[in-house]
Amino acid sequence: MSLWVDRFRPKTLDELHYHQSLSTRLKALASSGDFPHILFYGPSGAGKKTRISCTLRQLFGSGVEKLKIDQRVFVSPSRRKIEINVVQSNYHIEITPSEAGNFDRVIIQELIKEIAQTQQVDVSAKQRFKVVVINEADTLSRDAQAALRRTMEKYMSNLRIILCANSTSRLIAPIKSRCLLIRVAAPSTEEMQTVLEHVAKKLKFDLPPEASCQIAEDAAGNMRKALLVFETLKMQSPDLSGPLNIAKPDWETYCHKIADLIVQEQSPERVMQVRAKFYELLSHCIPPTIILKTVADRVVERVDEALKADVMHWAAFYELRMRMGNKKIYHLEAWVVKIMCLYKHFTYNIDMSEFD
Amino acid sequence: MAFFLPQQTKTAAESKQHAVPELQPWVEKYRPRTIDDISAQEHTVAVLRKALSSTNLPHMMFYGPPGTGKTSTILALSRQLFGPDNFRERVLELNASDERGISIVREKIKVFARQTPRAQKVASDGNLYPCPPYKIVILDEADSMTQDAQGALRRIMETYARITRFCLVCNYVTRIIEPLASRCSKFRFTPLDSSSTSSRLMHIATAEHVNVTPEVVATLIDSSNGDLRRSITYLQSASRLSASTTPPIPITPRDIEEIAGVVPNTVVNDFAWTLGVNIESDMQTDDVPANTKRGFDIIRQKVSSIMREGYSASQLLVQLHDKIIVHQTLPARQKAKCVIAIAEADKALCDGADEELWTLKVALQIHKALTP
Repeated sequence: MSLWVDRFRPKTLDELHYHQSLSTRLKALASSGDFPHILFYGPSGAGKKTRISCTLRQLFGSGVEKLKIDQRVFVSPSRRKIEINVVQSNYHIEITPSEAGNFDRVIIQELIKEIAQTQQVDVSAKQRFKVVVINEADTLSRDAQAALRRTMEKYMSNLRIILCANSTSRLIAPIKSRCLLIRVAAPSTEEMQTVLEHVAKKLKFDLPPEASCQIAEDAAGNMRKALLVFETLKMQSPDLSGPLNIAKPDWETYCHKIADLIVQEQSPERVMQVRAKFYELLSHCIPPTIILKTVADRVVERVDEALKADVMHWAAFYELRMRMGNKKIYHLEAWVVKIMCLYKHFTYNIDMSEFD
Repeated sequence: MAFFLPQQTKTAAESKQHAVPELQPWVEKYRPRTIDDISAQEHTVAVLRKALSSTNLPHMMFYGPPGTGKTSTILALSRQLFGPDNFRERVLELNASDERGISIVREKIKVFARQTPRAQKVASDGNLYPCPPYKIVILDEADSMTQDAQGALRRIMETYARITRFCLVCNYVTRIIEPLASRCSKFRFTPLDSSSTSSRLMHIATAEHVNVTPEVVATLIDSSNGDLRRSITYLQSASRLSASTTPPIPITPRDIEEIAGVVPNTVVNDFAWTLGVNIESDMQTDDVPANTKRGFDIIRQKVSSIMREGYSASQLLVQLHDKIIVHQTLPARQKAKCVIAIAEADKALCDGADEELWTLKVALQIHKALTP
């Protein structure tokens, strides 16, 4: 019994519920025989992966669904062994090079070249090329992206690359200019509601419109989240009537608690308390960027209009530092102290400028 | 089994033969064959033509923005020098997809550079090629080579200068170490002007039987900023999309924008309005917004809705920047403040910062700069 998210994942392009024009485009491209390299980008939970797998199915038929998972070992020039998981069928291969961290270039060079230089042996295959799906392409290092450049042109007859990324900002221009860019926008609330209703219909029960509306709004464009929440709610109260209580994830309530602590009191003791809580979150593998964003969002709701801009400004500032630096907690803490300082300065009119 | 084999190989060979030209990207298909085909870059071409007739080449360095024909030029030049048969033996092409650490420079490049070129074969296509007595090493994307690897090249370039010429191709001349740069004669490739881009595009469009209107060509040129490869790729993608439906729908400028990942003008205008950039009458927005108060919450909503649409933050900032720079009524001081904010955000985005936070930050900064 799989989760609803996987069970009701559309398998073909026709089954997709929203972005119809995009689906027709993809379908046309897949059947024209002249298939380009593609870069899918959009926010998470918008359906990029689903569209990729549907396109692959359109290209090669149901054979792509026979997947096997492999572990491959590569040796870097400095003789370090790198292991990475590879999901593949007869027609395509899916990799997440960012698993290898700094060594992603080696994987791109070795694996993609290896695939590019072997021709499709299966004569009955629909297409002469294989497809390489690269997940999280925006986390590829510069070197790895540079390594892709010529490969994408040179081996066009044997190989197509599908990149999947959250944003195109971090991709170098030469890669973007070699791909067909496809933007997958997050579904609107109404579109999400139709999907939820579709799932309810498949499972043969009634979904009250208020409930679906509430779920869709809570998910804010993240279809995966919406479906997961929907399933949980269904487990909790099978008839889905009455006021719904969408449970927030633990870490989110925890983040809100931190925000409240910051706004209530500004003192060195408080900083220590907040620090302990940050550590707790980090040790549970919540990404620091998400912690910072959630806390900042909450703080912004609690402070005066005049302070809001500054709170976000410094959040962005320290987020970048966190990215560049090594030790995340320093920057989270620095942000907290900065906000406390600003807050005190503003509410009690104490001159804190000497701390800048 | 033996019964099947011959038949199978035959079909495979057949299908391969007529599959290849179709599948080729137009960028490869219409790569210039001779240096006379190169669009624009008159100066470089003139110098190279002279070199071709005297069959003597210096070490060369080609630099310039992507899509201006650097790789095409050197490939065309070496093909003209050596002809198709000798090309393989005389030219070593290494790019960033090959391992190019110091060990490769020491082994592969050095070994290749020190070989004395073999005598010329008679060209199979009957043409006469100059085929001068040296080899060419093309180091494509040389700016991604490490400093050490570049350092190792220094002496090699001099020692074997008699029998080997090097051609470095790069985007950023500053990433090449000074001793290497000084050994080469440099050729700068400038972004293509719109007339040569449009003539090239029209040439390809006619050869491929694609109907394009002048507006489409203008959009192609606009969205690719002088990068010919990019505009050709866009044209091919657009034609694929239009040809795949029956009956073929004509290509519209909006299609090109979507393919190029450009944020629609209405969205940018709307965003600019939310930030307090007053829009002149000739710009259109989505809906004429009521005179609402532009506060923090409205800006935050706007940013998150744009992010939900999946537009790329850096692209949005580029377009916003273009809007602000040409704005007629904004005082220079405010423009400068806005641009500083945008520049800072661009750096942050390149370093991988969170898109939503930084877009919001820029939005708030611009808003602050514009409100008196």
